[in-house]
Amino acid sequence: MAERKKKLLQGNDACVEGALYAGCRFYAGYPITPSTEIAEGMSVRLPKLGGKFIQMEDEIASIAAAIGASLTGLKSLTATSGPGLSLKQECIGYACLTEVPLVIVNVMRGGPSTGYPTGPSQSDLMAAKWGAHGDHPAISLAPQSVQEILTETVRAFNLAERFRTPVMVLYDEIVGHMREPITLPLPGELEVIDRAKAACRPEEYFPYDDRYEVAPLAPFGAGYRFHVTGLNHKQDGFPTNDSNIIRANNERIMNKIENHKDEICLNEAIDLDDAEIAVVAIGSTARSARYAVKEARAAGIKAGLLRPITMWPFPDKAVKELGSRVKAIIVPELNLGQMVHEVERCSKKAQVTGIHRVDGEPITPAQILEAIRKHK
Amino acid sequence: MGARYEIRFSGSGGQGMILAGIIMAEAASIYEDKNAVQSQSYGPESRGGASKAEVIISNQPIDYPKSTSIDCMLAMTQEACTKYYKDVKAGGILLVDTDEVKTLPKGGFRLLSFPIIETARKELGKTIVANIISLGMITELTGIVSRESIEKSVLSRVPAAFLDLNKKALAIGFERAAALK
Repeated sequence: MAERKKKLLQGNDACVEGALYAGCRFYAGYPITPSTEIAEGMSVRLPKLGGKFIQMEDEIASIAAAIGASLTGLKSLTATSGPGLSLKQECIGYACLTEVPLVIVNVMRGGPSTGYPTGPSQSDLMAAKWGAHGDHPAISLAPQSVQEILTETVRAFNLAERFRTPVMVLYDEIVGHMREPITLPLPGELEVIDRAKAACRPEEYFPYDDRYEVAPLAPFGAGYRFHVTGLNHKQDGFPTNDSNIIRANNERIMNKIENHKDEICLNEAIDLDDAEIAVVAIGSTARSARYAVKEARAAGIKAGLLRPITMWPFPDKAVKELGSRVKAIIVPELNLGQMVHEVERCSKKAQVTGIHRVDGEPITPAQILEAIRKHK
Repeated sequence: MGARYEIRFSGSGGQGMILAGIIMAEAASIYEDKNAVQSQSYGPESRGGASKAEVIISNQPIDYPKSTSIDCMLAMTQEACTKYYKDVKAGGILLVDTDEVKTLPKGGFRLLSFPIIETARKELGKTIVANIISLGMITELTGIVSRESIEKSVLSRVPAAFLDLNKKALAIGFERAAALK
C-alpha cells in the first residue's frame, strides 16, 4: 500500500498538488507575485502528466486560453494576484454566462493597482464576487493553511464541474508563501467530481439544454456541435432577444448556486457554543483570531470564532444565527472594510465592529484580543 | 519547550535567510516530531533590502504563523538588526555577524557577536555557506532541534557536489557556538 508522506510545502505548492489531484491538465497564466510558484509548479509537473502549460502574453489571454481548454473537456486552472484579477474580470463574467467550469486562484497582495507585491492583503473579497459586471454567480473558497489550500483547490474543481461555473480560490500572501508540514492525500482519499457526460446523441445535443438546471457540457470538437457566446443565448448557444429566455437564463445561473448554498458553504466553528463575543475571520487573519480566542478563553472571556471556508456565497445562515445570540461580533480583515458589511447585513442584533489593516503587516492576535476585551 | 518557540533569520535578500528558515522548519517538522510553520517577509527586490524568515516551532498546532516574541534572532546585516531586534524577548538570544553589525542594540536579551561571514570566507573559501554556519550555531545555542536533525535537513536541501562543504559549515557552527555558550 502506498504510504502517506509528510512534506514541508509552501501554500502555493499545495495548490499545485491539489489541482493535479483533482485532475487539472491545463494551465495558462502570466506569473505575478505572490502567486508565481503556482505557475512554476504547474510548468514542471503538467508536461509529465500529459497536460499542457502555457505562459500567455497577459492575464486576459491566460484566462481566455483556460476557458477554451475547459470547453474541450480539460479541467483548467489559471492563477494570479490583484492586478491580474482586474484584467481577468471580463472573462470571469464570460465564463459565468457561458457556464464554463474553471478554477482561478487569486493570491491577495496589497492594492489597489500594483500596490505592494510582497505584502499580504484581503482586499479583493468584493472583487472576487462583484469584479465582473452584470449579475453573475460567484463561488470563492478561502483556505487558511497549507493543507487546506490543497483540499480547497480540489473542492474548487469539484464545484466548478458540478455547477459549470468559474470558482475562485482566494487566499492572502501569508498563507500562499508560508510553509507547513502536510500529508499528501492518496488516490481515492478525497472526492473528485468529473464532468457530467452528455446523455444524448451529438445531433440532439444542446449546450444549454433547458430541461436541466446544470446541463452536461460535451467536449467541444468531439462531434457535439454548438455555439458559445457571451451574448444572452438560447439552449443551442446562439444569441437571442427573447425576453423570456433571457430572464430564465439570468435567473437560472444565479439560482443554480443560490439553491445549493448548503452544499457549497463550509464553515469552521471554534468555541462558539457558549460564546458571548464572536470573531468572524478568514485566511491568515483567522489564525490570528484563533490564537486570540484561546488567550481570551484562558482569561475567562467567552469568546469564539466563526471561520467561513467558503467566502462566497457568504454564509448568511451561520452569521444570522450567530448574530442573534452573541453580544458582539468582531471582524478583523486586511482591508479597509469589506467582509464587515456582509456580517452587518446578516446580524441585526449583535454589535459589529471591524479591525482593519492595510500596511502590509498581518493583524496580530494582540489587536484582536484587545478588541475582544473591550466588549467583555 | 514552551507552547511556541520563535526563531527569526534576518539579513539582506540573497544571503539565504529564507532557505535557513526552511531548513530549520524541516528539521523540526520532518526529521523530528514537532510542528513548524515558516513564513517570510521581503521587499520587492530579489537582492538587497532587509529580508527575514520566521520559524515557529511547537509541540502543539500553530495558529499565528508570525512571531509574537522572539526566542532567538540572527542578524546578518546592520539594517536587518536595527529594523527587527525589538521583537526579541527578555532572556532571548540575539546573534549578530561581527563585521556587519557594528552598532549593537541594547535590551534584555543575550547579545552574541561572531564573524560568521568572515569565517565562511577564511575557513571554507565560500561566503555562500554563512547561512549554514549560522544554522549550526543556532542549533547549538537553542537546542530546539538535534544536531542530527539539522544535518539531515541541510543535506536534503543542498546539491550533491556541495554535501561536504555544507557538512563542514554546519560542524563549524556547532563548534564555535559551543565555545560562545
